Amino acid sequence: MNARAIAAEVTDPEMPMLTLEDLGVLRDVREDGREVVVTITPTYSGCPAMATMRDDLVHRLTDAGYAARVEVALSPAWSSDWITERGRRALRDHGLSAPGPAPSRGGPIPLTLLPTARAVTCPQCGSARTQLTSEYGATACKALYRCEDCLEPFEHVKEI
Amino acid sequence: MSTESAAGTPDPNDEHGSVYDGLLAHSDLPGDASQWAFGTDFEDPLAGVDTTVPAELDAAELAAYCLALGDDALVMSHRLAEWCSNAPDLEDDIAVANIALDLLGQARLLLARAAAADPSLVPTLPEGSPVPAEDALAFFREAVDFRNVRLVEVANGDFAQTIARLLLFATVRLGAFERLSSTDHAFGADPVLAAIAAKGVKELTYHRDYAGRWFLTLAQGTDESRRRLLDGLAAVWPLHAELCAAYDAGPDVDAVLDQVLAVSGVERPDVAPMSGAGHTEALSRMLAEMQVVARAHPRGLW
Repeated sequence: MNARAIAAEVTDPEMPMLTLEDLGVLRDVREDGREVVVTITPTYSGCPAMATMRDDLVHRLTDAGYAARVEVALSPAWSSDWITERGRRALRDHGLSAPGPAPSRGGPIPLTLLPTARAVTCPQCGSARTQLTSEYGATACKALYRCEDCLEPFEHVKEI
Repeated sequence: MSTESAAGTPDPNDEHGSVYDGLLAHSDLPGDASQWAFGTDFEDPLAGVDTTVPAELDAAELAAYCLALGDDALVMSHRLAEWCSNAPDLEDDIAVANIALDLLGQARLLLARAAAADPSLVPTLPEGSPVPAEDALAFFREAVDFRNVRLVEVANGDFAQTIARLLLFATVRLGAFERLSSTDHAFGADPVLAAIAAKGVKELTYHRDYAGRWFLTLAQGTDESRRRLLDGLAAVWPLHAELCAAYDAGPDVDAVLDQVLAVSGVERPDVAPMSGAGHTEALSRMLAEMQVVARAHPRGLW
């Protein structure tokens, strides 16, 4: 397996159903002989999973005989639009709601004083009758929802 | 924490050794840093990022500006984190902690950017200290050297006052970050700061909406929630002018704030700006608690 394939298999420590590639944080893998430089981008500025991602990448590549280094790319900023179709399926298969399209940027950012309008369906029962509980969940990237039919709570990966 | 001697060779068979020594590299074992929760070495938030200051910018001025933005985020983050386990309900406990985490991430990036642009800002630590520049700035400066605005350092007050402060802060910071990320601001010419700002815009949009919704809810809730909100807003309002002056956020910011106030049926408080400059006593007290462990172990490995 080449370095790119190894790096692409490393998973997110908090959403392990997603590979770093499916999450869209794996930006580049440069291979020069046995030396590898992997570039990743943070999802949120304070995401504590970044350190674990870096360690996991170095660990896996070192095990495969590479001398690996991880670098950061800040621009362009990560968008939830970069989660692949396969990643979205994996989220739904594990009971998480996948993000809709990220808001497009242009002109001043509108203030939203009503709960964010999203067409979110319950990943447990498929009902469209869902209610936002909180815009913030167990990790920075997720909002909390509740299904009004099956009454199960679930998490929705936020659009950014 | 391990022993302070980074150069020494830990040995699990030594009578002074510990069961954790096997995780560190020593004479005949490579060690396995990945077994530590977050590794044994420091994760540079700007690893691999080109931090060369563009020729048209003055490096010291850029660094001072990044330091001010970073200090605001660090101090505000610390204040918000004080709500952990104390917020009115679990969802808001989590929400406020998440906002604090976003701001801590912004602080790390901005302090690292400031240190890279002007290394003379970074306090000197004892030889052999593994403390990276961003931590040296956060934990080894005195209150007088912090560049944050006073709005972020004063005590939280109740939840309504915290919401009023967060609304003022997120509104102005979002406005300034929008300008920085669109090069509508002199320091936006620095691609590193512009990238940090562009990322921060996405986060601050959620912070501002969160604060705005709670502001409206409290203002239009019960007599008691409205009373507390008005008191909280009046308490932080004297520090609003300094915030606006520090951020140079543009005219849209006032319109956004007025929109929240109008929907909430709240007038701008009729209280004068707090005089003076520098810091209140609250910052020294906060830093004493925040910095004490790092200062006690300047050569510590974590």
